Amino acid sequence: MENKNGTLAWTKFIALLVCLVLFVFPFLMLLVNSFKENKAITSSPLSLPHNFSWENYTNAFGKMEYVSAFTNSVIITVLSVVLISFLSAMTAHYFVRHQTKLNQYTFFLMVAAMIIPFQAIMIPLVKIYGSIGFLDSKWALIYMYIGFGSPLAVFIYHGFVKSIPAELEEAALIDGCTRTQTFFRIVFPVLTPTTVTIAILNVLWIWNDFLLPSLVLIAPVERTLPLSTFYFFGTYTVDYGPLMAGLMLTILPVLIVYLFAQKYIIQGVMQGSIK
Amino acid sequence: MITEKGLWNRLRLRLLFTGPTLFAFLAVMIIPFLYGIYLTFTNWDGISTTSSLVGFDNYVSVFKDAVFWKSFLLTLKYVFISVALINSVAFLLAYVLTSGLKGQSIFRAGFFIPNLVGGIVLGFVWQFIFSNVLVYVGKELSLPLFSASWLSDPNKAFWTMIIVTVWQYAGYMMVIFVAGLMNVPKDILEAASIDGANLWTTMRKMILPLMVPSFIVCIFLSLQRCFMVYDLNLSLTKGGPFKSTEMVSMHVYEKAFLSRDYGVGQAEAFVLFLLVATITIAQVYFSKKLEVEA
Repeated sequence: MENKNGTLAWTKFIALLVCLVLFVFPFLMLLVNSFKENKAITSSPLSLPHNFSWENYTNAFGKMEYVSAFTNSVIITVLSVVLISFLSAMTAHYFVRHQTKLNQYTFFLMVAAMIIPFQAIMIPLVKIYGSIGFLDSKWALIYMYIGFGSPLAVFIYHGFVKSIPAELEEAALIDGCTRTQTFFRIVFPVLTPTTVTIAILNVLWIWNDFLLPSLVLIAPVERTLPLSTFYFFGTYTVDYGPLMAGLMLTILPVLIVYLFAQKYIIQGVMQGSIK
Repeated sequence: MITEKGLWNRLRLRLLFTGPTLFAFLAVMIIPFLYGIYLTFTNWDGISTTSSLVGFDNYVSVFKDAVFWKSFLLTLKYVFISVALINSVAFLLAYVLTSGLKGQSIFRAGFFIPNLVGGIVLGFVWQFIFSNVLVYVGKELSLPLFSASWLSDPNKAFWTMIIVTVWQYAGYMMVIFVAGLMNVPKDILEAASIDGANLWTTMRKMILPLMVPSFIVCIFLSLQRCFMVYDLNLSLTKGGPFKSTEMVSMHVYEKAFLSRDYGVGQAEAFVLFLLVATITIAQVYFSKKLEVEA
């Protein structure tokens, strides 16, 4: 019995391992080929690189305007996520503590709006903001992310604020804190686990988003990483070496973060789904 | 709760706490959404400052647009197959990875990796796999299945979309299923096994009914994401060969921004919204009825 179970466990383990290798196989291919010359890539994509060189990387690094794209992506993602978290937590807190009809309806409207797909909004969005000249800047994009990201964030925060006893805040108010101080010193710190969840869900979305930035950001200097990857791929379609290196450069930062924050990211996704 | 004194103080508090969020939300989502409905009744071409009301002409054009319905049906087929496969693969992985295997958290982390990367990049990676690596393997091992790039065959190109979609989202849904499976109470499973229930019976009569909430979330998320697929479509197949894999999202984009037919494009987007909303709400409503208490 013992032995049979052991064999079964091993078979499962090996089967899973094979699945996992197949799963990450595309990334392995990318890694291997990013160090090879164009000719070697097309003639034998499976072989390991003969003479290991960084040339593709330096090439892609320059042509993608990597530094600029990476900086744009970081600024947009960080500012959007920080603002979404703060503003949504404040709004959710206000809604929970002031349960008037108006607030309940507004909250319901936000929840209902989550079902609207971006494609149903993009055309009028571009028309409205194009006509007032508020396109083609990071700030416009960040502002839009707040609009699109707040419904889910308010919804998740709403559920957790309810679990904070109101007495806690009343005590702070009696002790002389203002409403704003109470929120930032008492409520927001208690909400940290929820904030982590919301930050993770939003980083995964905003860092990788393509369609909205492609409509809003027009000038090449404003491009985010997904945009610059896209245009790079469109311009150098046959030059496989630098393309592979370019893709690696796009994936690498996320992989490095994942290596360290893996536990939180998986937990964040779990928490975010239990609504 | 203690309330603020004075109307001004209350208003200031409200503006401070809800003002910025609600302004962005209304100005970015609600107003464009409503304005979009208005746009469907105009013939705006994207450049001119004026446009005139044309009544239901755009909707008539939508119903006559054979290409739209073709890509719509294609999207339905794609969504149906993808959602079914994503959730089966994800559930199976989650089930195996909650059975107390060694290194199961490493496996979970590994299967999640595709979700860290955007659809654009994933599409390019797989484009290389399908048009170079697999063709090379096909030639070396003389496998006719892989001898020509799948991306140049309309029928196979459709399946590349499915394969990559399932590969991309299975890990995400797996994480949600894992959370659900960990909440299935161990004592009732033990009781069942003492009563002599085999694996299949336990699965059918206990685990699956208890997992209904997880299935609701996963099916909802995968439905929404698959219906709206754009990035992957653009970078993997570009809608080709010969527009054979053009999903509805890409069609709307092209109608509006490339053919400059904004009114019709928006009308199609609106029809799409109505159908997706109906399908997802119906899905949640009907599957809520299957929920049970442990």
